[in-house]
Amino acid sequence: MKKYTVINTPVHNIDGIAKITGRAEYAFDIQLPHMLHGKILRSSYPHAKILNINTRKAEGLSGVKAVVTGKETLGVKQGIWRRFKELCDEEILARSKVRYIGEPVAAVAAVDEDTAEEALDLIEVEYEPLPGVFEPLEAIKEGAPQLHDHAERNINVTRHIEWGDVDEGFKEADHIREDWFRCSSQHHVCMETHNAVASYSLDKKLTVWTSTQSHYYIQVLLSWVLGLRENDIRVISRYTGGGFGSKFELDSAQFCSSLLSMKLFRPVKITLTREEEFMATKRRTPMFYYLRTGVKKDGTFIAKEGRVFTEGGAYTSMGATALYLTGFFQAFPYVWPSYRYDGYRVYTNTAPTSAMRGFGAPQATFCAETQIDLIANDLGIDPVEIRRKNAMYPGYEVPGQATIQSCGLTQCLDKIEDWIQSRGKLPPNRGIGIAAYGFMSGGIFNWFDTPYAFSSAVIQINIDGKVDLYVGSQDMGQGSNTTMTMICAEELGVRVEDIRLHMGDTENCPVDLGAWGSRETLMQGNAVKMAAAKAKQQIIEYAAAKLSPNIVYDLDIKDQWIHLIARPERGLSYFDVVKEAIRGKGGQPIIARGHYTPHRKGMISPAYSFGVQAVEAEVDPDTGKITLKNCVTAHDCGQVINPIGVEGQLEGAMAMAAGYGFTEDLPMDEGKILNPNLVDYKVLRATEMPETKVIEVETYEPEGPFGAKEAGEGLTNPTAGALSNAVFHAAGVSIKNLPITPEKVLEALREKKKKKSK
Amino acid sequence: MEKRLLHITVNNETHELYVEPKRLLVEVLRDELGLTGTKRGCNTGACSACTVLLNGLPVKSCSVLAMQADGTEITTVEGLADGGKLSPIQRSFLDHGAYQCGFCTSGMLMSATALLKESPKPAKEQIIEAIHGNICRCTGYNSIIRAIKAVAEGKYKEEE
Repeated sequence: MKKYTVINTPVHNIDGIAKITGRAEYAFDIQLPHMLHGKILRSSYPHAKILNINTRKAEGLSGVKAVVTGKETLGVKQGIWRRFKELCDEEILARSKVRYIGEPVAAVAAVDEDTAEEALDLIEVEYEPLPGVFEPLEAIKEGAPQLHDHAERNINVTRHIEWGDVDEGFKEADHIREDWFRCSSQHHVCMETHNAVASYSLDKKLTVWTSTQSHYYIQVLLSWVLGLRENDIRVISRYTGGGFGSKFELDSAQFCSSLLSMKLFRPVKITLTREEEFMATKRRTPMFYYLRTGVKKDGTFIAKEGRVFTEGGAYTSMGATALYLTGFFQAFPYVWPSYRYDGYRVYTNTAPTSAMRGFGAPQATFCAETQIDLIANDLGIDPVEIRRKNAMYPGYEVPGQATIQSCGLTQCLDKIEDWIQSRGKLPPNRGIGIAAYGFMSGGIFNWFDTPYAFSSAVIQINIDGKVDLYVGSQDMGQGSNTTMTMICAEELGVRVEDIRLHMGDTENCPVDLGAWGSRETLMQGNAVKMAAAKAKQQIIEYAAAKLSPNIVYDLDIKDQWIHLIARPERGLSYFDVVKEAIRGKGGQPIIARGHYTPHRKGMISPAYSFGVQAVEAEVDPDTGKITLKNCVTAHDCGQVINPIGVEGQLEGAMAMAAGYGFTEDLPMDEGKILNPNLVDYKVLRATEMPETKVIEVETYEPEGPFGAKEAGEGLTNPTAGALSNAVFHAAGVSIKNLPITPEKVLEALREKKKKKSK
Repeated sequence: MEKRLLHITVNNETHELYVEPKRLLVEVLRDELGLTGTKRGCNTGACSACTVLLNGLPVKSCSVLAMQADGTEITTVEGLADGGKLSPIQRSFLDHGAYQCGFCTSGMLMSATALLKESPKPAKEQIIEAIHGNICRCTGYNSIIRAIKAVAEGKYKEEE
């Protein structure tokens, strides 16, 4: 019999039919009887005291049902880092002070959106403007305007990582490079903007339909800020129109619609406009990076020192995690005998920065990989060779941080080298740049302080053999619903169509922390696999009684056939046995639970993906315009579960990461985002996509379900670095300031010319 | 504002309804007719998530007043699968994984449908041109291009 009947077969997304026929119902589409529409008034000041808010005129407008301000809330300073009180600093509806343009100060519910919008203009907010500070390197200075009373010099969080003797390492180094880099911000641009429909009933129960990456987090955070019992809140999120890190913190739509509904006992819907989405939801963390790196003449890495100042924006949000991860992944995926990292997250009067696909690692990888090519160039070593020489390998321990189990990095480098060679001599103004990367398969940290297992799953098998699978994971487009269905089907020995998946509802799904940090395949996948294995065991017990094999034989189920492993032809139908087993259990369906929490797996993650990406780009020397030609990725995600899903993740991540590299940016003037729309904010369009190719390097990850690990988030890490290296090799200039725009390329070319002529 | 009478045929069904003159086509489709398959991503005509066919031509329904569509025939994503059968482009999208979160998918399918009607065997450049106004944040477009190309190459026929 084949090793796997479901794993690594191309399976249509189980939500596919709903999505291509327009039937998938997003929170965006929810309409309830008697529903009202809400709008949020937002600060137009980057930093100001709120002296008074007068809502009387707005309340008097015909069609307006209620107005709420921060004064009517419990005034909870909430945050997702619940274990650390000083990092919970955001009220969502500001009571006494606003700290960024777009911060909510009041919300209105009315009979329709137009009326609610009109009412916003009638709310009179008296502000006392305060001086603002917008750049981390300014905000950290003595005497800069201070955002929060508790944070002197606006220092929000600091992080230190160190191993080996860095100072000694630099003494031994033959060559030392120092570089400064600036990593820009980026917006998630989920096609479904943040939204929520909250419905509070007279029995004091709150139901919230929303677009989220973690219904569990939203349930817990709402319970905290509203003073309701956790399980009197039901959060429903069946389909999520994109997340990318933007949708697992409590947002203004969820909080304000809940407050208004609790006041009115009617459903209230709030949908953020695209402009609000840009100005007032979170975004990728901009970073100023200093790197000092020492190597031997032959390219062996000896010592590295990194210092980073991140633009935190007004609140902590998930920025503390980004600050740690950028430090950890700065040393990835290489063996560094010594490494020292110091990170400072600094409050600024700008929209808060937080999690975004890659979570600090794309910034780290851009700086690290750009500098490695500069070092290789200094020493006259081939870019592939210097990476191969220092690559992580299976069994490597990152001192005090992590143990690498599976690692296909060297194979990935080999594959990419083959591809580069196959390109032969390139036309003029073209270059190929590479970047190596890795990423985690779910975080180990529990700053949220959940008392539950990180992931849980429940299985019930019914009389017709149909399997009800209950998971807490959230599908936001990445395909986890299909992945979980496939893992369940494989382990249980049935087919994909035998599974009915239940997700996206706190009322009947077990807890999972949600879709972030590339958790789901490994963590939720392990919980599903455990539940399926336990359910299978119950079926096998009945089958064994029936088949009465010699006790030395083992039984298994594959493709709906229960059989002796040694003699597959001897067996019974899965359906027949299930029927009898349920009868034998006094009519009870077969039920099993599974769960997963990482224990003793280091500081970061139980497993790491690896890969190498090559970007071929053309640079127009007259205009500085960059055109992407090819993008080839060799990727080790352990055992592939669904090839359709992996390919989609790789291509999609590349498009988003290329945008980070050369088109997307959030320029600001005194805290005001200047391009809060999809015309001026340039996400990649179909016309800008290069040819893409994916090379799978399969490894087996002992900690992952069927050997699987992360696929999709880590792919956001290499592209900006690979692109900057491609530009370096095409045009001979290295741009250390993202995004790599034509203006910056031209400027660098001019500088280069000037230097030459001297 | 006084409402006006709108006659509109949507997915071969005729409707008569009174709408405010300022209402957009996308609002009438979604809020009045309950056809929520058509999405709104920006309301400024920049993302094309709201693309529908108006007399066979692709339009952004957030940029068309409902009254401008008076007397026209509209096709939305709900009208693509006819008589319980998926259209060729829908089947190809499934096979190629040409969607992820699904929020841009309706608009993408409508742009692709319009292209294939206008030009059944488009070159790759034409395919890219036809969807270049549609933003997809998940897929990176190449799977969508492959899906449309496969239909253009005759790999997906209308189901009998």
